Amino acid sequence: MNSMKNRIKYFVENFYLVLIMVFLYAPIATLMVLSFSGSKSRTQWGGFTLRWYLEMFESATIMNALQNTLVIAFASALIAAVIGTTAAIAINSMKPIPRTIIMGITNIPMLNADIVTGISLMLAFIAFGISLGFKTILIAHITFNIPYVILSVSPKLKQTNKSVYEAAMDLGAAPVYAFFKVVFPDILPGVLSGFLLAFTMSLDDFIITHFTKGAGINTLSTLIYSEVRRGIKPSMYALSTLIFVVVLALLIITNFAPHRSKEQ
Amino acid sequence: MESLIDLINISKSFDGTLVLDDLNLSVKENTFVTLLGPSGCGKTTTLRIIGGFERADAGKVIFDGQDISNLPPNKRQLNTVFQKYALFTHMNIAENIAFGLKIKNKPKTYIQDKIKYALKLVNLDGYENRSVDSLSGGQQQRIAIARAIVNEPRVLLLDEPLGALDLKLRQDMQYELIRLKNELGITFIYVTHDQEEALTMSDTIVVMNQGYIQQMGTPEQIYNEPENAFVADFIGESNIVHGTMIRDELVEIFGARFPCVDKGFGTNAPVDVVIRPEDIDLVSPEEGTLKGICTHLIFKGVHYEMEVTTPDGFEWLVHSTDMCPVGKEVGIHVDPFDIQIMNKPESEDEEAVGVNE
Amino acid sequence: MSKKLLSGPYLVWMAGFTVIPLLLIVYYGLTDRTGAFTLANVVSIATAEHSKALWLSLGLSFVSTLICLALAYPLAMILRKRGVGRGSFVVFIFILPMWMNFLLRTLAWQTLLERNGVINGILTALHLPPQTLINTSGAIILGMVYNFLPFMVLPIYNVLCKIDDNTINAAQDLGANFWQTLTRVWFPLSVPGIISGITMVFVPALTTFVISNLLGGSKILLIGNVIEQEFTRGSNWHLGSGLSLVLMVFILASMALIAKYDKNGEGTAF
Repeated sequence: MNSMKNRIKYFVENFYLVLIMVFLYAPIATLMVLSFSGSKSRTQWGGFTLRWYLEMFESATIMNALQNTLVIAFASALIAAVIGTTAAIAINSMKPIPRTIIMGITNIPMLNADIVTGISLMLAFIAFGISLGFKTILIAHITFNIPYVILSVSPKLKQTNKSVYEAAMDLGAAPVYAFFKVVFPDILPGVLSGFLLAFTMSLDDFIITHFTKGAGINTLSTLIYSEVRRGIKPSMYALSTLIFVVVLALLIITNFAPHRSKEQ
Repeated sequence: MESLIDLINISKSFDGTLVLDDLNLSVKENTFVTLLGPSGCGKTTTLRIIGGFERADAGKVIFDGQDISNLPPNKRQLNTVFQKYALFTHMNIAENIAFGLKIKNKPKTYIQDKIKYALKLVNLDGYENRSVDSLSGGQQQRIAIARAIVNEPRVLLLDEPLGALDLKLRQDMQYELIRLKNELGITFIYVTHDQEEALTMSDTIVVMNQGYIQQMGTPEQIYNEPENAFVADFIGESNIVHGTMIRDELVEIFGARFPCVDKGFGTNAPVDVVIRPEDIDLVSPEEGTLKGICTHLIFKGVHYEMEVTTPDGFEWLVHSTDMCPVGKEVGIHVDPFDIQIMNKPESEDEEAVGVNE
Repeated sequence: MSKKLLSGPYLVWMAGFTVIPLLLIVYYGLTDRTGAFTLANVVSIATAEHSKALWLSLGLSFVSTLICLALAYPLAMILRKRGVGRGSFVVFIFILPMWMNFLLRTLAWQTLLERNGVINGILTALHLPPQTLINTSGAIILGMVYNFLPFMVLPIYNVLCKIDDNTINAAQDLGANFWQTLTRVWFPLSVPGIISGITMVFVPALTTFVISNLLGGSKILLIGNVIEQEFTRGSNWHLGSGLSLVLMVFILASMALIAKYDKNGEGTAF
């Protein structure tokens, strides 16, 4: 009697999980299907084709936007990782009151609405006399990426055993050497996950880029937005499908490959 | 006296590993029963099956004559004190204690009285409005007990409740638990891996290993008359040696014959012999049944701990208030009633099963 | 060498690109084109057009947040119960869609909801009358729920994972049934995650202009659309900033809520 009840419960739970997965991935599946459709219409299947994949590589606009997107995502995540990690180390050694204040300000770009962050940065760039373009997008992305790095690194720093660092110095290591040999390996997973999170956020951002990009430069997001009214070229679906599949493959390899360490 | 809880033919496995194998156990009303064993022996699983947090794969749980095998925990007339207390951190102390009573819709004044009574019982009067975080480990443990007993359970299940406390506090809490048990007059089923805790508090000790009950008895029985090598080894320190039962009341160890009190093992039968370190008397070489040389000496405060190596190479562990310097030849003497004879297990499996009483 | 010196670059960055920009919004919002102080930009929220947009935004984001919460809580409970490898797998499932561009994902819903779209195609095949799905408030709510659901699931899941199994067992042991355990133990203990999730959904939903643009057509104007247009088309930055200040009141309220209920940062999403 009870096992029957449990089985029904288990089934209902599975059904719910599947439903949510369908909800989350249905639009993605739609885009993937459309990327192989011979018709330009989004509602009609026009036979299987790889035409859009070829067109995508030939389109200078798309390739340009892709390059901008990747360069900005990588550079902003990298710079954010450096600034964020040093900041996290400094914040970790601060007294409670300044720490609370700085963490409060750190949270602003995360909790604030993107539209407000975007507008405020745009006003600032104009006030500072920096012309809107690649530079300003990069600065904006670094700004909203730093908090993700700090929030990823801080918990790891709290877990590190302070006496390990002191032991290294006791054994004759200079502070900087002791840090890179002893503390850094401990917080590296946090730095990496912060970097990846920052990279993802930068890649997916539209709103802040929209306000800080100026004319003449596009990331994939802003290019898509500008195409919305005229109709999106299916090669955009092809590109997105390609990115998605590559990332999926990478994540599966890194996440489900036999674990080298007990970490995670 | 009727038994209050009966576990009948209980089996349970996790991921294909058998944790409990056809276990039978009776617990009488108003006793302090301890399930004792190394980690992974199945003691906690047994407790969780009684509490209703695990379902047995096979077998029945009988409570006061009724089959409660399929009853969820909230419908069972017993309460649990969990490892690491499991207090509700979002409630203050009074709210924690009142939880079960509020669920049962007891009147407010009754709940207030019960909280007062329970806090007094665990020596924490006036702690009603404190937060859980502000209490020490020992205090949290007392609150966990108070939270359970206000529901007037007929059985209190305790899952290694003192494991997280330091030594001094643990000893204090042991006496506290004995007092509580006597004042409440209910059954305690207690799980621990600490043999000293078990010996101090229990009326009955159930020694478990690898999902089987090895021996069940009073602390004295378990300590003085272990039924197999596992129990002898797990409870206290002991010298376990191979011997041959020459005839009733005479055993041969390393060629020397020791008079003993055990009978019924047959003649010239191989047996295991258990001798507690404190039961070995060191005498002059001439007076000893066996001769040896003292090879190790440590002062332990209450007594000296020594190792005496006999010519066959066996190192006898000896506890004594008399000191024997390293290198000195001594004789080993054991009184007949201090020698415990056990049947040799015939296979690995039987070693785990042991002999049930 | 003091470790505190390491915070130098970050402090400068934060001052230059977080604090000063926000102060500039305040400055623009409280001045007119000549630079004179005025409250007109802020007060303009009371005009029929703006207040209608604000109320609509509040209403739609409120409903979306509720739906997200209702969907996410059971989901987080199931995921916790299944003990899916703490963090990694769940985060994987919910972060992964972000690698498909946000705009494209939302656009895909257009394809599904359109008059001749996939859903209506299925309805027609089942001999059911086609529905008007696109360009409705419902479509906007769907877009919001779709985009922001992960931000509700992750913090709640993280908080639920921190609850000890024995705490739940204790509640049952003391006689609580499923609903009593849910309302008296699960909910109160997961408040930090719930609050964090609510803010992480409500704020972006309240301020969005993209979802309303893509799924609501041109007829439905949210407060985000009004502000965006002031900056990109109308070019009245002062008015846009003034309206942003009004929005910031709600954002600040959310931050205060988080500070109150999630003191230890337990409810962070990542």
